[in-house]
Amino acid sequence: MTTTMSTRAATAGLREPARPAYRVTGLRVLRSEWGKFWSLRSSWITLGITLLLLVAIGAIASVTYSPGAAASSGPSGPGSGSPSDAVSLALLGSTFASLAIGVLGVLVSAGEYTTGMIRSTLAAVPARLPVLSSKCAVFAAIATPVATAGAIAAFSLGSIGLHGQQIALSLGAAGVLRSLVGAGLYLGLAGLAGVALGALIRSSAGAIAVLVGVLLIVPGLTQLLPDSWADNVSPYLPSNAGQAVMSLHQSASSLSPWAGLAVFAGWVALALAGAAYRLVRTDA
Amino acid sequence: MTSGTDQQWPRWQRKGISTVIDVLELTKRYEHRTAVDQLSFTAKPGHVTGFLGPNGAGKSTTMRVIIGLDAPTSGTVTVAGRRYAEHTAPLQVVGALLEARSVHPGRTAFAHLMALARTHGIPRSRVDEVIELAGLGSVAHKRAGSFSLGMGQRLGIAAALLGDPEIVMLDEPVNGLDPEGVLWVRNLLSGLAAEGRTVMLSSHLMSETALIADHLVIIGRGRLLADTSVGAFIEQAGGRGVKVASTERDRLRALLSGPDVTVTSDAAEELVVTGLDSRRIGTIAAEHGVPLHELTPQTVSLEEAFMELTRDAVEYHSAYADAATRRAA
Repeated sequence: MTTTMSTRAATAGLREPARPAYRVTGLRVLRSEWGKFWSLRSSWITLGITLLLLVAIGAIASVTYSPGAAASSGPSGPGSGSPSDAVSLALLGSTFASLAIGVLGVLVSAGEYTTGMIRSTLAAVPARLPVLSSKCAVFAAIATPVATAGAIAAFSLGSIGLHGQQIALSLGAAGVLRSLVGAGLYLGLAGLAGVALGALIRSSAGAIAVLVGVLLIVPGLTQLLPDSWADNVSPYLPSNAGQAVMSLHQSASSLSPWAGLAVFAGWVALALAGAAYRLVRTDA
Repeated sequence: MTSGTDQQWPRWQRKGISTVIDVLELTKRYEHRTAVDQLSFTAKPGHVTGFLGPNGAGKSTTMRVIIGLDAPTSGTVTVAGRRYAEHTAPLQVVGALLEARSVHPGRTAFAHLMALARTHGIPRSRVDEVIELAGLGSVAHKRAGSFSLGMGQRLGIAAALLGDPEIVMLDEPVNGLDPEGVLWVRNLLSGLAAEGRTVMLSSHLMSETALIADHLVIIGRGRLLADTSVGAFIEQAGGRGVKVASTERDRLRALLSGPDVTVTSDAAEELVVTGLDSRRIGTIAAEHGVPLHELTPQTVSLEEAFMELTRDAVEYHSAYADAATRRAA
């Protein structure tokens, strides 16, 4: 033991008198992931595209709305499926925005694998799970407020276009703010689904394909099921359930707003659990 | 998993060594391939351990297991007495450069190092320090994707040194470096070892490693082939024979024979003598009037000795190299 002491003292003397005591903590991993998100140009671009799709499509749909066209397209009274209320017009871009923000989520996680960055990341944080939870926390903290602001901006711009129209609504009208905040939450969760799929599949292209499939293609496939099945299954599919929270009026077959959001959150949680399992159990 | 580590702890405590890399009966199997097979070795403080083997020998896999990226199929690997993941500040214990790229090409060198530094609470001043140390000052704010191979290596080495680690482990560190960079790595590593740190570097080039390392761990097909010092390896490899050609081969053979001398012959007018140097052989021949046509000290190069040792364990043979090795043998 004496030799140990003397060698250590000698080597320490060659460098600093006292070695700084570094330590990995949850907060530090969070700070690292926050910096990693903003230090990539792709994060800014994809976030910008999400916002642009959400605001521009919603505003344009509202501005170009004409009650005559809506009436001629079919016997759609208030409350029926077609986009005939101010909120659904303003959120017309939410489907495209959900794909863009999902891609951003995929880039945040799968991007580490496709570039090899994950090896540096996990060498610094060998406990691994804090990396995934920090990525999710950072992503949710950025994406949800940005998407909520985008939804409100789309609605506000749309209101100018709809001024004087029969379907015009104010932000204070019943259900409007809930729908817009719901859209922000839906998009935030869609992005988290991207993070989870990216970590699970470890390939950007593969994860994006699955994301598009789940959000856009699977709901259409329920038409292949017998009607009685489809009515029971369809409302619980991820995108159908999630979209309930951002529609002003609920159709007979859809879930209530918050129940829908909860079901969507459940799907995302399931994907995250799978991602966490793979992260901890398999080689990087 | 932890029970194995607990058993390891006292062993090193007894030896009074705390900053070693200790690989004990490590086996790593992938689906159809055994990458590392019952491998045991130790890299000690104050030494540069050269980790050698042909491509596909299992060097990178071993290094990935050491820093916890891959889990061992069996066996234990500890650094400074514990599993890598059990350290509270792993970057301060082991600084590693992996062979494969481990940097997001869209991030600047500075942002990459900051991201790693933040996880440990390493100050920005240390990031600036390693950037300067690695000679990346002028490109610190350029995206890593635009870096040349050599610049990428320098960034990887900067990242390895970030935590001022007790153990430095580099996979093929001089890959892609220019001669100035090679010299820099050589001086850097011997400097780190002189400070009492544990340094381990992998390579598939023997001659280059012999310049930096003093301890050699040689593997092939995942198995340990040699665990020796550079000096011992050179001595063993050299053979140190002298080739003599003469028309009076048999007479010369009789003249040279002695207790510590061995004389062999492959060709009609040639002898290979060990135990006598060329000067002595020449003198004896002159004294007895034996004409000599050739008197050449034989030196087997380190590279040849290394190839000889690993020949059966080479994963990817090329027809040309095979022919060359047969000729040399």
